[in-house]
Amino acid sequence: MILLPYLATFLLLTALVGLIRVMRGPTTADRMLAAQLIGTSTVAILLVIGVATEAPALFDVALVFAILAAISLAAFVATARSGHQP
Amino acid sequence: MSVQDIMGVGIMVLGTVFFLAGTVGILRFPDAFSRLHAVTKADNLGLALIALGTSILAADGFTAAKLFLIWILIAVSGAIGGHLIARHALRDKS
Amino acid sequence: MTDPWIAFDLTLAGGMLVVAWLALASRAAFQMIVMFMMFGILASLSWVRLNAPDVALAEAAVGAGITGALLLRTLSSLRHAPKERAPHWPIAMVAGVLSLIIVGALGAALLMAPEASLGYDRAVAIRLDQSGVTNPVTAVLLNFRSYDTLLEIAVLSAALAIMLMLGSKPLSPRPLGPLFLPFAKVIVPSSVIIAGYLLWLGASQPGGAFQAAAVLAAGGIVLILGQHYDPRARDGALIRLVCGIGLAGFVLVAIGGQILTSEMLRYPEGLEKTWIVMIEATLTVSVAATLAALFVGALRKGTTA
Repeated sequence: MILLPYLATFLLLTALVGLIRVMRGPTTADRMLAAQLIGTSTVAILLVIGVATEAPALFDVALVFAILAAISLAAFVATARSGHQP
Repeated sequence: MSVQDIMGVGIMVLGTVFFLAGTVGILRFPDAFSRLHAVTKADNLGLALIALGTSILAADGFTAAKLFLIWILIAVSGAIGGHLIARHALRDKS
Repeated sequence: MTDPWIAFDLTLAGGMLVVAWLALASRAAFQMIVMFMMFGILASLSWVRLNAPDVALAEAAVGAGITGALLLRTLSSLRHAPKERAPHWPIAMVAGVLSLIIVGALGAALLMAPEASLGYDRAVAIRLDQSGVTNPVTAVLLNFRSYDTLLEIAVLSAALAIMLMLGSKPLSPRPLGPLFLPFAKVIVPSSVIIAGYLLWLGASQPGGAFQAAAVLAAGGIVLILGQHYDPRARDGALIRLVCGIGLAGFVLVAIGGQILTSEMLRYPEGLEKTWIVMIEATLTVSVAATLAALFVGALRKGTTA
């Protein structure tokens, strides 16, 4: 069980490294894809913290994240217009 | 530490490996389509394993059902979102 | 033994600083929006680490989710993608000095705060059984300090009213293809169920009307984006009524409370729970409609600006 905080830290680090792709792009699709991966990592982090600190309320936060990840994706695809943005 | 704990944590460690693979993929793969491939794998499998490990540790039916719903939501938006992003990227190319 | 979470907390704090800097340093609007959403995600995680799941829930729903969608929609209706030039150095200097003063003041306040008076926990705990609910946050928001919530609803309604008056470029979502329908079939019913769950949860655990409304609005936005529901083809008056009923209902409750208990926004004794649940349910639907309407923009046909 002592492993869990480090697992969460590791997931957070992979998510933060994913930010490099958000910055670099080059297309909007790349940026949104990286954002999606970071969103999923966050859900995973919430599950790990939730079970490690015995705070089941965090599973509800993860649930909200999961459903809102879906709409930011839909909003992006429906409204984004150009592929290449510097 | 019970067998249950070891199993749960072990499965979760396996899940983080998929997240690492996804991040490596999104950084190292050459174009949007192969990156898409990397992300959708990590999304589905990594989160599935983490959720499974979490429900083994939590050992509670309602929590397990909630975690399953979380996974379904992420899997659906991952799969279809991946498809939509691919459409978007294709249209930009042509 | 050191706290095993210290590595996580330090990474999180460092990551927030980096993301905040990247969001400000980006020159392209799309990158700024994505970074803003990432910052919302990290802020939500930090609320989790500060033992405030209520705020984390609100930050996840409103800060990272709905606001991001609204910003993306705004970007889509701008004629030219805005490019920000670097500010002149005197402006940058003044902004920098002001920020440092605020940081200093916050730090000083934190250092000088007497330890015993951190928060209202005790005052709330003493009166919690009078509030009708068992979640202290809901008790504060909808009973002890409900005028704060009333003012928040008023701000939201004012934003919608201004947007309806000014008009906006109508939302014209791209066609999303045949696979969007199964997506909507999963997301929309789930959003209704999760919204109901959060609302019901609000009475005893982290949850509540605003979070539920954001989730419900997410379902509505998916319907609108998939062009399964076109608000402009519907009766605009009905939509505006639903949007307005939250504020109107809350004001009526305030007046009713005044008459019944001779104190504004005080609920009749013994019936607190019923009143709070009724208010929260109305607020959820109304705030969800308002958020979705903000996303759509002008409701009337032909109001293009």
